[in-house]
Amino acid sequence: MIDESLKSDLQKQGIHLMVLENAYNWGRANSVWPLTFGLACCAIEMMAASMARWDLARFGAEVFRPSPRQADLMIVAGTVTKKMAPLVVRLYNQMPEPKYVIAMGACAISGGPFKQGYSVLKGIDRFLPVDVAIPGCPPRPEALIHAIMTLQEQILAQKLTGPNRPRHLNAAVAGDFPVPVYGETDLVPANNPAVWHPPVIKR
Amino acid sequence: MVPNQHPYLVLPLLMAVAVGFAIGPLALAWVWAKFFSPNKPGQDKNATYECGLEAKGDAWMQFRSEYYLYAIIFLVFDVETIFLLPFAVSFTQLPAGAFVAMLIFLLLLLEGLVWAWRKGLLTWK
Repeated sequence: MIDESLKSDLQKQGIHLMVLENAYNWGRANSVWPLTFGLACCAIEMMAASMARWDLARFGAEVFRPSPRQADLMIVAGTVTKKMAPLVVRLYNQMPEPKYVIAMGACAISGGPFKQGYSVLKGIDRFLPVDVAIPGCPPRPEALIHAIMTLQEQILAQKLTGPNRPRHLNAAVAGDFPVPVYGETDLVPANNPAVWHPPVIKR
Repeated sequence: MVPNQHPYLVLPLLMAVAVGFAIGPLALAWVWAKFFSPNKPGQDKNATYECGLEAKGDAWMQFRSEYYLYAIIFLVFDVETIFLLPFAVSFTQLPAGAFVAMLIFLLLLLEGLVWAWRKGLLTWK
């Protein structure tokens, strides 16, 4: 490791020293490309966040890709119905690694105001590994920007080596998730036990 | 400037820099993927379509033959427009013979349309 005082001296002269891990994470954190993908009213706030007033481009995340093959980030913006859930999971499977999920709004987190509805999935975290969840109904564009900044912090903190390295650098961890089937009364299976850990009530 | 330099030397130099600028990052990305990022293909990832829905059926389907007749009748109007515009632009300089020839041409096309109409081809069945 390089001496910290020498590092700061060099930094004053405009020379930045860093390990490859930091450069790699810095590059990835500042080019998170979301999938063009809106499910309900939260998508309107997402669109507003990408427009001139909130200008998501400041965070390198304005390039909404129309194809999952080019996207890094899935913003689940809105109510996920049980009929839509298999499509969401399939789209996520089609995204290349590394990929992230933001659950935007109460509906994507838990079903929100439609939680009691027979047709509404009670949170996309039953099938996908959610990285950042934004509460709100709908969350304001600032909240989405905050979520993207939170995701950037998570990416910057990733270690590229070791047992806790991210999924896309670990060959042993599968990159795709089982797609549920729209069954007669509910999705089959109703959740993916590998990613969803229901809260345990202790009395 | 080096005095004995060929005046066009800068072109292959620029070309080499441009090609290197394009290939360099791609090669770096390829090397990174090869050594650090494991390949994870899957059934969904290798699917042809990327709209979330699964593809159904075959792309080699047959179209109804009515579409062919519609295309033919469309040509009547298409050809008419192509010839009528230059005809109209130079109308005042044209002799009477050209006018008669154009009328005959239009009549031929119109005859085809009337024939198709009477055959009932304009009604979608």
